[in-house]
Amino acid sequence: MAGGVIALVIRIIGGGAVLVVLLAFSFSTVLAVALHGDGLGALGSYDWQAVRFTIWQALASAGLSVSIAVPVARALARQDFKGRSLLITLLGAPFILPVIVGVLGLLAVFGRAGWISQGLDLFGLDRLSIYGPAGIILAHVFFNLPLATRFILQGWTSIPADRFRVADSLGAQPWTQFQLIEWPMLRALLPGAFLLIFLLCLTSFAVALAVGGGPRGTTIELAIYQSFRLDFDLGRASSLALIQFVICGTVAALAILIPLPRNDGHGLDFIHTRQDVQSNRIIDFGFIGITAAFLIFPLASIVIRGAIHLPELPNAVFAAAWTSLWIALISTSLCIGMALSLALSFARTGQTTQKLVEVVGILGLATSPLVVGTGLFLMIFPFAQPMSLAVPVTAMVNAMMALPFALRVLFPAIRDTYVDYIHLRDSLMMSSGTWLWKIILPRLSKPLGLAAGLAAALSMGDLGVIALFADPDLQTLPLMLYRLMGAYRMDQAAAVAVVLVAQSLALFWIFDRGGRRHATS
Amino acid sequence: MNNITLFAGLFLASAAVADTPVLTVYTYDSFISDWGPGPAVEAAFEATCGCDLQMVGAGDGAALLARIRLEGSRSEADIVMGLDTNLTHAASETGLFTSISTAADYTVPGGWNNPLFAPFDWGYFAFIHNTDLESPKNFRELAASNLKIIIQDPRSSTPGLGLLMWVKAAYGLEAASLWAELADNIVTVTAGWSEAYGMFLEGEADMVLSYTTSPAYHLISEGDASKKYATFDEGHYMQIEVAGKLASTDQNALADQFLDFMVSDAFQDIIPTTNWMFPAVAPAAGLPNGFPKALPDSQSLIFSSSKATAIRTGALKEWQAALSR
Repeated sequence: MAGGVIALVIRIIGGGAVLVVLLAFSFSTVLAVALHGDGLGALGSYDWQAVRFTIWQALASAGLSVSIAVPVARALARQDFKGRSLLITLLGAPFILPVIVGVLGLLAVFGRAGWISQGLDLFGLDRLSIYGPAGIILAHVFFNLPLATRFILQGWTSIPADRFRVADSLGAQPWTQFQLIEWPMLRALLPGAFLLIFLLCLTSFAVALAVGGGPRGTTIELAIYQSFRLDFDLGRASSLALIQFVICGTVAALAILIPLPRNDGHGLDFIHTRQDVQSNRIIDFGFIGITAAFLIFPLASIVIRGAIHLPELPNAVFAAAWTSLWIALISTSLCIGMALSLALSFARTGQTTQKLVEVVGILGLATSPLVVGTGLFLMIFPFAQPMSLAVPVTAMVNAMMALPFALRVLFPAIRDTYVDYIHLRDSLMMSSGTWLWKIILPRLSKPLGLAAGLAAALSMGDLGVIALFADPDLQTLPLMLYRLMGAYRMDQAAAVAVVLVAQSLALFWIFDRGGRRHATS
Repeated sequence: MNNITLFAGLFLASAAVADTPVLTVYTYDSFISDWGPGPAVEAAFEATCGCDLQMVGAGDGAALLARIRLEGSRSEADIVMGLDTNLTHAASETGLFTSISTAADYTVPGGWNNPLFAPFDWGYFAFIHNTDLESPKNFRELAASNLKIIIQDPRSSTPGLGLLMWVKAAYGLEAASLWAELADNIVTVTAGWSEAYGMFLEGEADMVLSYTTSPAYHLISEGDASKKYATFDEGHYMQIEVAGKLASTDQNALADQFLDFMVSDAFQDIIPTTNWMFPAVAPAAGLPNGFPKALPDSQSLIFSSSKATAIRTGALKEWQAALSR
């Protein structure tokens, strides 16, 4: 009995320590930022314009993504066709696709020298311009429309098929069916989906860096980066970071009230057989076709161009790939270590602590990498050259950024295992070692593999803190890709993009597959 | 035994490395590109110095200064090469640079007299376009047209900053309204010159901010006469590119040797056909055929270094305000 109490205490202390470290990490960086800041007075009208623009573009991006996702998800929920499950899998891809690769693909299709512009030019029409607010929103929709579609599709497929059948037999018109069956599901789901995407777009950095096109497309994250690297105005960078923190914190607080959507990928294969399938075929396939083209063409253009130019890869790609791999591996172990300690410590305790853990997850989502980066820079600067610590800092920040996703995968799995096996453990009086190694971990290997795969892929594709800390000698693959894009060596950039995507997917696959192989159930 | 060999190996290796002093020069990206002056400069200096010359690209010219301020006295750099006179006043105020004794018979317009920096080349900013384009005669005409231009960010790039000064020198108090009119002509603002010029060559815009000497590159290097610069009747702002020595250098003598080399024929002869700028010291052989002439004084605009620093913040605010609408 005493042993049990001690184990419990150790568990709470262990998980608590991780919590404290996490909170200290985010709040001490914010504190450093706040102490260093010159207050809001340091900000000019240009900075406020960046604040307004950040919120505006996040609203627009989230609004567009969610509202387009509704008809697309509805089409996918009721139409069956060849390649449907492939398309649904593809909808999951942008989440782990390195942002900078997606941007490169969008440029190839929507840029001034891209396919669509060339077509317009043939007809004597003006070419498109992707730089500026339009380009930022386009890229955000590219990344988040698939995410929103999967959330909403899951909502649709979770509606019991009987309801539609009964409605049909009662002669309910499509509009009535929508009002009675589908609208309540959407009303419950859409606010959370909107909020999540709004949050992701608030802290987006790489997109604005690549296609912002100057002051009119400057987000807060980009303004922080510029105050650092261009003006060396740490006071202004800090003031901006503080504003970013307040905005994200407010939105995160909302997220506690409005549940964010879960996406475990279950049940997406399910198709509703409904009466209105035939009559809506053209509209539905229109939405499906456009969405598929919107996703596939940019990616295909990069893969093809990159594959052709693979022989022109600069030698520096090996060093960059190695650096990226290292950062990804360190950050994955940190992330999994933190997620496991948190989940193991709090999975069994009451509702409040579980809520706490969820809040930590949301906090992680709301923490801007550049705010944390700014804080770390300020703390390191008096003692050492921050650039010399680029690798550990990037690994740590990447781990924190991936933590919410790892927690979301691990937490339910651990909770379920506890519920299923706790009586067995008590009746057999299992030692904690046996419990952990024989019961918990084998059942956890599948979610662990998935969580590690996500963390590794997210770290591999990240272009955030590294841009703040990197010196010219050090580059990761995303940074190298950005620099090549900057030098307008698009062929080489595409080749690097292929290497980056291959390395991300390979890491994801190895972890995910490793987890599945060791899974007992 | 193995450990001893390993230790000896490491020790000997580091001793061998220590024999060759390393001179670190921070410069802008296009200087060290394959087609820039970097490779030839490195070969020429290493042939005489018995050292390892490491040239590190740190973005575009204006980002160089931010980088040096960021690194402060901990910087590994010995020399910073690629600031211009719009930045030298701000650079000297950091206190990170030390005085130099480099001297030469400079042909920089207006002469040269600065204890901290030595010039290595100079030129005039101009918008470059294809010859088939009817080019505007001044900024007002450009702003009124539908022409698309690419410019550089004045915070990271010396051409970007030069354009800010150019508009200020030509329009003074009306600069803000001119920027407001120009805003819809600007396709994008790039971080550096290389990005902007590359985008222009790929057809992303009608004109790009560069130098009057840029068409000479296409003519001499590629036998391509399809590019020219637009002559603006307000005159053209000048740029004088300079290098300075950091006070924190651990290679004092070598740094001095490099600066002397920089203003010698060996370096200056490389500049016209690799950096495509006017050399700071007249080359014995003269300029290559196809190189443009210097503009008359009445067409050359430039602020003194201290005046440029004084103007910079206000001009930057005007620019940001106009372009963020």
